Amino acid sequence: MTEAVVQSVQAVPKPTRRLPPELSILLVLIGISATFEILGWLVQGQSFLANPQRLSIMILQVSVVGIIAIGVTQIIISGGIDLSSGSIVGATAMISMSLAQVSTYSRAVYPALTDMPVIVPIVAGLLTGLLCGVVNGALIAYTRIPPFIATLGMMVTARGFAKWYTKGQPISFPTDSFAALGSKLTPVFIFLFVAVAMHVVLRYTRYGKFTYAIGANPQAARVTGINVERHIVKIYAVAGLLSALAGIVVAARGLTAQAGMGQMYELDAIAMAVIGGVSLSGGRGSVLGTTIGMIIFGVVVSGFTFLRIDAYYQEMIKGAIIVAAVVTDVHRQKKRQKKS
Amino acid sequence: MLSPKTLAAVARYKEKIEQDGLLAIEGIRKEFPGVVALDDVRLRVRPGTVHALMGENGAGKSTLMKIIAGIYQPDAGEIRLFGSPVTLKSPLDALEQGVAMIHQELALMNWMTVAENIWIRREPRNRYGLIDHARMAAVTRELFDRLNLSLDPIAQVSELTVAQKQMVEIARAMSYNSKILIMDEPTSALTEREVEHLFEIIRDLKAGGIGIVYITHKMNELFAIADEFTVFRDGRYVGTHAAKDVTRDDIIRMMVGREITDMFPKVDCPIGNVVLEAKNLTLKGVFHDISFTLRRGEILGLAGLVGSKRSNVAEALFGVVPAEAGQILIDGKPVIIDSPATAMKHGIAFLTEDRKETGCFLILDCLANIQSALITGAHVRAGFVDEKTVTRLAAEMAAKLRVKTPDLAEIVENLSGGNQQKLLIARWLLTKPRILILDEPTRGIDVGAKSEIHRLITGLAAEGVAVLMISSELPEVLGMSDRIMVMHEGHVAGFLDRGEANQVKIMDLAAR
Repeated sequence: MTEAVVQSVQAVPKPTRRLPPELSILLVLIGISATFEILGWLVQGQSFLANPQRLSIMILQVSVVGIIAIGVTQIIISGGIDLSSGSIVGATAMISMSLAQVSTYSRAVYPALTDMPVIVPIVAGLLTGLLCGVVNGALIAYTRIPPFIATLGMMVTARGFAKWYTKGQPISFPTDSFAALGSKLTPVFIFLFVAVAMHVVLRYTRYGKFTYAIGANPQAARVTGINVERHIVKIYAVAGLLSALAGIVVAARGLTAQAGMGQMYELDAIAMAVIGGVSLSGGRGSVLGTTIGMIIFGVVVSGFTFLRIDAYYQEMIKGAIIVAAVVTDVHRQKKRQKKS
Repeated sequence: MLSPKTLAAVARYKEKIEQDGLLAIEGIRKEFPGVVALDDVRLRVRPGTVHALMGENGAGKSTLMKIIAGIYQPDAGEIRLFGSPVTLKSPLDALEQGVAMIHQELALMNWMTVAENIWIRREPRNRYGLIDHARMAAVTRELFDRLNLSLDPIAQVSELTVAQKQMVEIARAMSYNSKILIMDEPTSALTEREVEHLFEIIRDLKAGGIGIVYITHKMNELFAIADEFTVFRDGRYVGTHAAKDVTRDDIIRMMVGREITDMFPKVDCPIGNVVLEAKNLTLKGVFHDISFTLRRGEILGLAGLVGSKRSNVAEALFGVVPAEAGQILIDGKPVIIDSPATAMKHGIAFLTEDRKETGCFLILDCLANIQSALITGAHVRAGFVDEKTVTRLAAEMAAKLRVKTPDLAEIVENLSGGNQQKLLIARWLLTKPRILILDEPTRGIDVGAKSEIHRLITGLAAEGVAVLMISSELPEVLGMSDRIMVMHEGHVAGFLDRGEANQVKIMDLAAR
């Protein structure tokens, strides 16, 4: 190196702590909770938050979709979208439940395969989701059809499969060990485990860094030596696995599997991620944000129920919140573009 | 016969413009969170002149231009158009008041016709209120005749060349009777001949009394087309001069505020064995029979006009779009390079031409941008990145290359073009390449950063790196290269040694 360059070596400071982008979403959560708390005292004459039972029901309600939302988060960060997760839940619920039935039930789907160890339905379910995810990813990466279309196809196909599997009949009577996967607060613990693991993966592993890079600029990612196609397959495979996990938990929790299970979960999961600040244009977002988005989702639903607001209004307002979240995201982008 | 009153008004108006110019700007200040982009800036554009804005990246040219075009609102100061103070609330407002901007990234609707693009929102209508396409084509033709443009009004814009699209933009601006035209690096994607054509159009516009604000990094263009120029440095006004009164060195000194004695400091260094050899590389319809050798410590310049497919050859060498036929040899051994990842395994690094499209991860931070190539091959254990080491290496490299950033957590789109480019070079240097392919390494960056990058490149050559450098700037190619390969429409037109090469010889091979 020539002298001039060496002379002027000055230290570029290492990253300093900045305000995390999740902070504003957290403030929204606090604001919404506080509003319900005040309305609670005014309208119902009781506290909204100081009620452990309500809180645990609330968190249970959202954590199943939350598991999916974690998978969807990394997909959206990579610049994609997944519409198939709800249908994968349905398909996995059916498959895993059909391998988890007790022998005392006379009309089991596979009478020869009853009373199996719990690992069998779990592995079968996860493999179903993995397969769906790999197909999604391969379609997107190698045929270059848009993620929206590829996963829309999977959404319809997987749902069709779930209905065909037992010709529409529900499957019930699981073994106790399978049922335990959905009992009490187990779903919440599963969610927490998944969330922490994905947080670490996105932040500290090459997998995570590649995911952000691909979402930020796929062309640059390719030129930088990243095998973009292979990585996309991985991302959708992981999302498929997590949808399957959610499917197993749903079936276990309901003690039954139906072909229609998980309907609209894909949209709720996307909504949680978007509310949590994951940008639909890719490259931005975090597990922490999605988790807060998930809790906001839960608080709103539970808050409306608490205030005895009709379920129809709930859905309408939910829709409005999702749109508001996307509008905020778009607004942020605009402000950013103006600045640069 | 005009009344004396009207005549007096016209005279007053003329006098005002005489004094004030078409556009006068005074005391403009613009702040962004944390930065003062412009401070007490002034500018005066006289009718029938080309006024060049010069300055390093980050000097405030773009910000000022956006203020004139109505995209930004100034925090303080006055803008006078034709002698009267105005506020320009939006680009449309500016357009209607006579100020039009020709964007660097052309802003046309690709899937519509030329005429539709020009008259959008103001289409001629028939008596049923529907668009009258015949009349629209006719008025477009009239407009083109007036401007001496030969374009088909009903051609689809997506089928035009960049130069033709630019003509459409100019025509659109003129259709608003704009008196002031802002051009931001208008020649950056044009061939020599197209540049000549553009200059003819600009001279016509000048003759019609239009004032043109012209932003460029190219000195020779400044002398070819500009009448006056104003220099900014760090958001402040430095000075305004007539182009004929100054030399190139004067301007550079004004821009950087320090002397740059040698812009192209290629140092002689020992040239070693052949590291890379290309034999008859061919990609049908793109490039044919490309053969050359590249040695250790050598800088091979690759010159050619736009359309000579230089970048495609570079992309083939790096496996982005591999060649269909031919052979690549590294250290004399034939290799197959089918993806950037394999190219990197062979020690090749590739700085792409377009840092925004294929280089930077603009929305990610500096660290993510610097480390991306490194962690594809090293410092990863069981999937986990060795953050400590990678961060340290990234910080060291960024410091060595003098990347100006508050810290490595800064988002890259907040950096200037020169710093983004240095960041990308840092990314590749961390992979310790033996072969470095640089595609327009100094395009669109300021003089200071340019010179630093040149020094860096020759430093790397001295350390034994083999460099293939594509550049459209002939002085750069001439100054930096040990040997020059000239391409013409997908073929090798010839090689020139450092000793014999000059601009005329290169252009002779490139233009045929």
